Amino acid sequence: MKTKNNLFENFVHGVFLILGLITVGCVLLISIYLIVSGIPAIREIGLIEFLFGTEWASTAAEPKYGILPFILTSVYGTGGAILIGVPVGFLTAVYLAKIAPKRVKQVIEQAVSLLAGIPSVVYGLVGMMVLVPGVRKLFNIPDGASLLSAIIVLAVMILPSIIKMSITALEAVPKEYEDASLALGATPEETYFRVSVPAAKSGIAAAVVMGVGRAIGEAMAVMMVAGNAPNMPDSLFQSVRFLTTAVASEMSYSSGLQKQALFSIALVLFLFIMLINAALNFFLKGEKKS
Amino acid sequence: MISTKRRIYHHLVRFGMYLATGLTAGLTLFLVLYVLFKGIPNITWELLSTKPSYLADRIGILPDILNTIYIIIATLAIVLPLGVGAAIYLTEYASNKKVVSIIEYAAETLSGIPSIIYGLVGMLMFANNFGTSLLSGALTLVIMNLPTIMRNTQESLKTVPQSYREGAFGLGAGKWRVIRTVVLPNCLDGVITGCILSVGRILGESAALLFTAGFAHNINGFFEGLGGSGATLTVALYVYAKEQGEFGVAFAIAAILMVLALAINMSASLVTKYFGRKNNIV
Repeated sequence: MKTKNNLFENFVHGVFLILGLITVGCVLLISIYLIVSGIPAIREIGLIEFLFGTEWASTAAEPKYGILPFILTSVYGTGGAILIGVPVGFLTAVYLAKIAPKRVKQVIEQAVSLLAGIPSVVYGLVGMMVLVPGVRKLFNIPDGASLLSAIIVLAVMILPSIIKMSITALEAVPKEYEDASLALGATPEETYFRVSVPAAKSGIAAAVVMGVGRAIGEAMAVMMVAGNAPNMPDSLFQSVRFLTTAVASEMSYSSGLQKQALFSIALVLFLFIMLINAALNFFLKGEKKS
Repeated sequence: MISTKRRIYHHLVRFGMYLATGLTAGLTLFLVLYVLFKGIPNITWELLSTKPSYLADRIGILPDILNTIYIIIATLAIVLPLGVGAAIYLTEYASNKKVVSIIEYAAETLSGIPSIIYGLVGMLMFANNFGTSLLSGALTLVIMNLPTIMRNTQESLKTVPQSYREGAFGLGAGKWRVIRTVVLPNCLDGVITGCILSVGRILGESAALLFTAGFAHNINGFFEGLGGSGATLTVALYVYAKEQGEFGVAFAIAAILMVLALAINMSASLVTKYFGRKNNIV
């Protein structure tokens, strides 16, 4: 009886162990698939040529596969979104975490959750119908579908993650720190920005990194507002293509080396994301320690 | 008493915070109202109850609605046992800290991977084997939502008091029996929250489905539907807006998605409130 029970319990244990390891298996599978399908095109085109080539002409008679325009666009686009989104998100988070009356806080937190729940195609649609014509008229350019439009859409899309994570970090700051600062005669504002914020800096840094990850990985919304021409991002008003949209826009009709090159782009994007994940983990660990 | 410099700082910072918060709230309000105003007039019974037809020159989104429901059911049916099981392993069984941290790191990695990469890998792994179909789409979404279900279940498993388990063990129950009868019923709130969040994510997903589930608009039964290609509401929105220039239909779908997003938000906070109150009483 006892051994039978033990056998059964061991079996159940084994089943749960397998279920637990499925996530690890998925990560491994995804990495292997991306590496195996991404390497061939890079070998054929040449790593330097692929990463630093400034021209992408996959359907030309003499095809060129340089993805520097996409890499730079993704970097500039993400940078721009961070530049706009982080100050707005950060200030909102400090206000909500420290100053806002309970009622206001509840309502705006709900709004932020909703912002996070809106599908990216809806952002794309509103961007297409409101932002793109607006940018065209405001700056008097032939087409508003541009890097600038993409940056604005991305800035809005990363707001929720930045606000939510910063609030969590700010609320974890021990009240004694703030009390001490207030007792020494600092105003509430000075206290929040010079005591609370530095104490929560790991969490806020993690929030920014999270925003970077969101922005660099967004595909559909950007696809609808960035214009999608494989130009070097020389100006804010140019039609550009991101790493994500480069994969998405040619996938449906490509074949052969062109398709393989798209997998290589995905591999490059994946490496970016892995770096960002590592950074995120680093900051989150810092927050746990403090 | 306070120097001018400090007073300026005070006002500047206050103003900045009000401005930023106002901007965030205003943007949300604008997005919701704009989409609803543009979309709701375009929602007609014909749109909701038919499929697109070139002959009758009409667009209907019934197939897309059905596809969305099918893919949600299929994804949850697969991801729930996997995610809850993984969470149980982590909180109830795992004794090796290294294994736990590896699994948690893997889950974090999964939730950081952008959906376009899921779409690509889903295409390679599933669509190339099972064809471009709702099933391939659902399997891709299973991997995407695994961390969500796992983490929410894990959080609520952690709040099940250790004394419950000890009490059951003391009465002579085996580990599996304790998990089945004591631990699992007490983590229901986490599972439900995880499900709601996953449904929200599936509703909003488009990049991962483009190359795995495809664009077809056919009305099918559940199992037949899973085997064939089909567009969900978000994919249909993208195709109507970007490829076909049917902005009326696109806004109608956007309004439906917006209402669903609102409903999901509300139900998520209701669940937290309901179970939060219950936990306090116990």
